[in-house]
Amino acid sequence: MHPVIAKSQLSPNVTRLVVEAPRIAEIRQPGQFVIVRRGPGAERIPLTIAAADPAAGTISLIIQSIGKSTTDLVELEPGEAITDIAGPLGRPTELLETGHAVCVGGGVGTAVILPIALELARRGVRVTSVIGGRSREWVILEDELRQAGEVVVCTDDGSYGRHGFVTQALQDLLDAGGIDAVFAVGPVPMMRAVSEMTRPYGVPTTVSLNAIMVDGTGMCGGCRVSIEGETRYACVEGPEFDGHTVDFAMLADRLQTYRSFEQQAMERREACKIGLRRPTAASGAAS
Amino acid sequence: MTDQPPLTPKQRMAIDRVAMPEQDATLRAANFREVNLGLAQQIAMLEAERCLMCPKPYCIDGCPVRVNIPRFLRLLRDGDLPGAADSLLDDNALPCVTGRVCPQETQCEGVCLRGKKGNPVAIGHLERFVADWAQAHPEGLTHSAPIPTGRTVAIIGSGPAGLTAAGELAKVGHDVTIFEAFHAAGGVLVYGIPEFRLPKDIVQAEVERLKASGVKIEPNVIIGKTYTLPELSARFDAVFIAVGAGLPVFMEIPGENLKGVYSANEYLTRVNLMGAWNPESDTPVLHGQRVAVVGGGNVAMDSVRTARRLGASEAAIVYRRGREELPARAEEVHHAEAEGVRFEYQVAPLEVLGDESGWVTGLRCQRMVLGEPDESGRRRPESIPGSEFVIETDMLVVAIGTRSNPLLTSTAPDLKVNQWGYIETDPHGMTSMPGVFAGGDIVRGAATVILAMGDGKRAAAAMDSYLRGVYPPLTPQPNIPAARPAHDVAPAGA
Repeated sequence: MHPVIAKSQLSPNVTRLVVEAPRIAEIRQPGQFVIVRRGPGAERIPLTIAAADPAAGTISLIIQSIGKSTTDLVELEPGEAITDIAGPLGRPTELLETGHAVCVGGGVGTAVILPIALELARRGVRVTSVIGGRSREWVILEDELRQAGEVVVCTDDGSYGRHGFVTQALQDLLDAGGIDAVFAVGPVPMMRAVSEMTRPYGVPTTVSLNAIMVDGTGMCGGCRVSIEGETRYACVEGPEFDGHTVDFAMLADRLQTYRSFEQQAMERREACKIGLRRPTAASGAAS
Repeated sequence: MTDQPPLTPKQRMAIDRVAMPEQDATLRAANFREVNLGLAQQIAMLEAERCLMCPKPYCIDGCPVRVNIPRFLRLLRDGDLPGAADSLLDDNALPCVTGRVCPQETQCEGVCLRGKKGNPVAIGHLERFVADWAQAHPEGLTHSAPIPTGRTVAIIGSGPAGLTAAGELAKVGHDVTIFEAFHAAGGVLVYGIPEFRLPKDIVQAEVERLKASGVKIEPNVIIGKTYTLPELSARFDAVFIAVGAGLPVFMEIPGENLKGVYSANEYLTRVNLMGAWNPESDTPVLHGQRVAVVGGGNVAMDSVRTARRLGASEAAIVYRRGREELPARAEEVHHAEAEGVRFEYQVAPLEVLGDESGWVTGLRCQRMVLGEPDESGRRRPESIPGSEFVIETDMLVVAIGTRSNPLLTSTAPDLKVNQWGYIETDPHGMTSMPGVFAGGDIVRGAATVILAMGDGKRAAAAMDSYLRGVYPPLTPQPNIPAARPAHDVAPAGA
C-alpha cells in the first residue's frame, strides 16, 4: 500500500499526489515512470515520476483527470492509499552534461519535463523551459521549473505570459542559436510540431511517448510505436525517443483505440455518482 | 470401498474410461465458467480401479514432476482421500492446476499401459479430483512444520516454475520470498490461462496454501528495474530466476500496428488478469465480431475461445500446418471445435489490411502445402503460388509464441545467456552466477506449465543441496524432459 501524503490542485484538471514509495524514490531517474493501480478492479496506468524525495520516501505523481481511472485516482485524499505502484520503469533520459537545453512542456507533459530540467540544471546545463496552456489557470509547475533556469510561459489566449503556442517561443530560441538539445513532452500534435521545427536546425530532440500500456515491462506489446519504420516498445525501449524518428501519426492513431470505452466508463461513473444504474452499452460476456 | 473384495484383473479391464462431464458447448461459448465440471467421488474411485498398478509404472517417468501416480490412485481407489491428497501434494505443488492444464495425452496417459489396448486411465481427471478435494478439505491434510534452516531464498516470478520451487524450498525449511512484477501472483496461470479453463480462485487458493507454508510474496517488484539481480543475490543465500519468456512475438508483416491487432499476451492479460471479460471492468478490451487468431498452440486456443465468449459471431484459428500438427492439447482443440471455432489450416498470413481510420479489416493470406519434416519433426509448410485470399476480420490476435525478456538479464552482466537471450544453466539449474539458479521458459524457451514446474522442482532440490553446502548435488537428478531448442518459437502455453 502506498499512502497519499499530500495533494494539491495544479490546474482545473491536473492534480499532484505525493505518495509513499521509498524504493522508487531512492532509485528513480528523470524520464522514468511507474504503473499505478488504484485498487482491486482498477486499471493499470502509466504515470511519470514527476519528482522524488528519497529522504521522505515519497514520489510525486501529476495526474490529468481525463478518464475514469485518472479521475478515481485524483479523488484520493491524504490518508487514503494506492494499492499498487510498480517501477521505476522505462529508460532514464539521456542527458547532456554541458551547453544549453530547451525543455518544452505542453499541459500535463510539463510534469515529465520537470525532473529532466532540474537534473540538467544540477549538472550545469543552461536550461530554458518553455511551457504553455490554454490560459493562465492551465499553466502548471512554473515555480518549480524556475529552479532550473529561465521559464517562458505561453498561453493560447494571451491571459498570461506570451500570447501563442510554445512552438512560437521555441522558434525564437532556435533562431537565436546556441541550442544543443530540445526535450519536448506534451500532446502528440505539439511533440510532432516541435520535432518538425527542430529538424532543419539539426538540434537533437527528445520526446516522451505516452503509448497505451498494461504491464510496462515489455510483455503485452500494446505500447508499440514506430521509430524509423521499426516497431519498438515504448515501455522498455522508451518512453523517450528521438523526435525526428517517431511516426507520430501512428502514435496518435493507436491512442484512439479505446476512446469509445473511455466515454462509456465515464458515463457509467457519472451514473453511479448520481445513484443510477444504467445498462451498459458494451457488448460482451454473459455471466 | 475398503470392505469390498478387490476386483479381478478381468473386472478391472472391463471398466470403461470415465468421460469428464462438461458444460454444454452452446451455453459455455457465451460464459466464462469452467468448461469441465469435475468427477463425483464414486466415479473417480471407479476410474482409479482401472489402474493396473504396474510394478514398473511408466506413468511416473512420463510425468515431468514425477508424481507417484499408482500410489495416489491406490489410496483414492480405497477411499482414503486424505491419504491420496497427502501423497499427491507431496509430489506436486500445484495439482489443482496440472490436473486441468497438463497435456496428459503426451505424458502420463501417453505411456499408460491401459492405452495399449483401449483408453489410458484418466490420470489428469483423477489428479484434479483429488487436488480439488484437498483444497476443499484443508483440515484433512497432515502438516509437519519443517525445522527452519536459516537460509534465505529469493524467487523471481510467481508462475508455475517459481511457485513450485517456492513450495519445495519452504517444505524443507528455507525462508522463501517471491518477487512478482504484476500486482497479483500466479504468472501465466492468472494472466494467460482463462477462467473457463483454470478458475482464478483455484490459483488463488494454491497461492494461499503456499503463503500458509511460510512463503512470502512481494508484488509490484520488477527485478532489473526495482532491484537488480546482483542486488538480490547479495541479499539472499540463493536466487531462482523463473521470469518466463515474456515478450510477444509478432509476425513482422505489414499492418501489424493497426488498431485491433493484439498480441495474445495483451489480449489475454486484459481479459484474465485485468478482468475485462466483465463489461464493467475499468480495463477495456475490444469485442471483435469477426476475430482471427494466428497460431495453433494452447495460447491460440485460449484466445479464440475467449473471443467467442466476448461475443464474436465468427472466430477462426489461422494455422500454417494441419490439424495433426496443432501443438495445443487435444482437449482444447476438441473444446474449441465444439464451441464453433472455425479452423483455417495450412494458411499463412501475408499482410494485415486496414481501413482509412486505422482499424484492422482483414488478413491477406496464402494457402500452404506440407512438405518434408523439418528439424522440429513437423512437416514444413510451403506456399502455393496464386493461392492468396483474404479473411475478413475486425480483430486479430497474434499467438505465435514468445521470446525472452532482457529486462532482468540486461542488468546482470555476469549472467550467461545464449544468442536468443535465454539463460544458460548447468544440468542442475545453476547459472553462471554462483547460487543463482534458473528454470522454466527463461531457460528452455516457451513451453508448458508442467515442464516449468519440473524445472522448479529440480532446481529446488539442487538449491537445497547448495544451501546445505553440497554442490553439485549427490542425488541423481530426476528424469526431466530435456529443454527444446530455444529458437523454436512454436506457439506457447500451458
